Amino acid sequence: MDIEIALNVTTAILFMGILGLLLSSMLVFANKKLWVFEDPRIDDLEGMLPATNCGACGSAGCRPFAEALISGEVTPAQCTVSNAEAIEDIADYLGVESGDVVKRVARLACAGGNHVARMRAQYNGLESCRAATVVSGGPKSCTWGCIGLSDCAEVCDFDAITMDHNGLPIVDNAKCTACGDCVDICPKDLFSIQDAAHRLWVACKNLEHGDSAENDCEVACTACERCVKDSPEGLISIQDNLAVIDYNKISLASPIATERCPTGAIVWLDETLGVIKGQQAKRIVRKEALPI
Amino acid sequence: MGLFNLLFGQKGFTHGIHPPYHKDTADKPIRRLPFPPQLVLPLDQHIGKPAIPLVVKGQEVVRGEPIAKADGNFSVPLHAPATGRVAGIELMPTPKGPKTSAILIDVYEGSTQEVLWEQPRDMSELSPQEIIQAIQDSGMVGLGGAAFPSHMKLAIPDDKQVDTLIVNGCECEPYLTCDHRIMLEHPKALLRGIRYAMRATGTEKAIIGIEDNKMDAVELLKGHLSKGSPVEVKAVETKYPQGSEKMLIKSALDREVPTGGLPADVGVVVNNVGTLAGLGDLLPKGRGLIERVITVAGPGIAKPGNYLVPLGTPIRHILDHVGYEGARTEFILGGPMMGPAVSALDTPITKGTSGLLVLNEPSIEEESHKIWPCIRCARCVSACPMHLNPSMLGQLAAKRKYEEMAEDYHLTDCFECGCCSYVCPSNIPLVQYFRIAKAINREQAA
Repeated sequence: MDIEIALNVTTAILFMGILGLLLSSMLVFANKKLWVFEDPRIDDLEGMLPATNCGACGSAGCRPFAEALISGEVTPAQCTVSNAEAIEDIADYLGVESGDVVKRVARLACAGGNHVARMRAQYNGLESCRAATVVSGGPKSCTWGCIGLSDCAEVCDFDAITMDHNGLPIVDNAKCTACGDCVDICPKDLFSIQDAAHRLWVACKNLEHGDSAENDCEVACTACERCVKDSPEGLISIQDNLAVIDYNKISLASPIATERCPTGAIVWLDETLGVIKGQQAKRIVRKEALPI
Repeated sequence: MGLFNLLFGQKGFTHGIHPPYHKDTADKPIRRLPFPPQLVLPLDQHIGKPAIPLVVKGQEVVRGEPIAKADGNFSVPLHAPATGRVAGIELMPTPKGPKTSAILIDVYEGSTQEVLWEQPRDMSELSPQEIIQAIQDSGMVGLGGAAFPSHMKLAIPDDKQVDTLIVNGCECEPYLTCDHRIMLEHPKALLRGIRYAMRATGTEKAIIGIEDNKMDAVELLKGHLSKGSPVEVKAVETKYPQGSEKMLIKSALDREVPTGGLPADVGVVVNNVGTLAGLGDLLPKGRGLIERVITVAGPGIAKPGNYLVPLGTPIRHILDHVGYEGARTEFILGGPMMGPAVSALDTPITKGTSGLLVLNEPSIEEESHKIWPCIRCARCVSACPMHLNPSMLGQLAAKRKYEEMAEDYHLTDCFECGCCSYVCPSNIPLVQYFRIAKAINREQAA
């Protein structure tokens, strides 16, 4: 009896041993023959990158960007999320120049907070700009303007967007990586990615003219064309009752264009002073929301 | 219900809901309202390309005259609903959302408002193509609510074969009774329209599907049909959304439209009774669509009823005339299940507007805002007429997995009937999520 058990156990051990040997030799074979060389630097670089996979650099994620770095297709500075130090580290590691990249940020083409933009109805539905837009264009009189239910702030992975007390999103330029998520989510297409160095900005998308625009919102572009006349030719034009800046000619821009704007729809975004409206722009002193 | 169907041989669609129907205006005959001082006529009242204006500011127009022409095949013209003067072409609010270009007409107060522009034609001599062209020239769109150009619907692609015209007289949305009244008051125009549509599409059979809460209409239409007529009147079960194209095809013919397909794929073309009655009236006279019947109802209305109003009448004007109680503040164009709420009283009645409801129960407002977590009760699953899984779709929507919703859970089959939101005990705004998801997917694809 004991011998029988011993025999069974030995058979089992032998069988499993042989099977293990066989399979492990297959693994060894596969490891040797099917091995693909992968630059070990890719893993190192991936560790140095922010691992947000935001796509702002144009690559699908951080690992493809690391691969592109090694092949020299991109420069380290093209990662808009990493800070200067991290980019310097990557450049040192690879022994390349960090490169120059224009800082780009998301900008909102609306300044109609609830203290200046009229509401025509009260919206009582799902708290989302997308949902409110479906209900006959949202509660604001201006159907092009920001609804202010913070879809953009929610979608932003970098906490770069916060809502101010007037219900408008404020972009923190330092945190913004220009990934474009807010551009995609905004149902009114108010966000666009702009060079941070561009100072002249039209903060309005209202396509109405004159009083009808101003009745919607006190800071709407009324298409009065004063900015067009005050700026170098071709820089600003009126398209569909809205001032449009040609950013190919942005070098010509100066704060003069904003000076005579009656509503302050065209603004100069100063690096330190923030939003500067023209001298003749109507002063907005109201702090509270307008009644419906 | 399954047993009932088995016993009585009724083949209906499964799932669906039974909301309170509130068809209180069913016995109110169609009446005219006074003309408003100004009409607002958006150029994109239909699905497709907006019409191109033919008039300029200051021009005088007579009732019935074309004021905008169709921009290509997938578009319809617009006719002046009243004699007056063009006040301008301006951006005006519409039920769809962004302000769009609209022709404003100052209506002449002293005018008798007879239709002064028409081109009578002998319908018996027209070929199917000519009928389709005549339909486009009349500016007719689906009057049930979708506002899809009728000539596009009736022009069957060469690779498809249709055998049956289904006439949709279900009117499954609560409150609405305008189609019911049209069937009762204009049966001859309706049957004429059905004949034109059958000739245009080359179908040999027509079925008028009517929900069995409108048996008076069923009996009346049956009385108008001779023996051996290719037109059949069929009472179908009263259930929301019976009036949806796919549900009605299932109920009337027991055919199922494949996912992503059109009714033409199963040999059917579906049209609303209002549309066909309109065609039966307009085509022989060679007139354009200038007015429509709407149901004005809801607890906030003093004189609810079915009213014939010129297109472009601002809802403020209608409310002034039917009397409305200021405390009720929710205005819905169309039915309460699918109709959009409007945010401006200047919004005009367009071709696709079937009703104006004034609702709102302020007492339940607070409660109705709270969204509770999904308790997996699957009521939405047993309500969805398309047999989707709204619960799963809702959870994916909350995680913004819009692509997965479309690819794995057939989001595109959802036609936004709202049954899921209606039955959800947790108040989850499911259909609202799906609308957002569908809009985002459409943008991504574009």
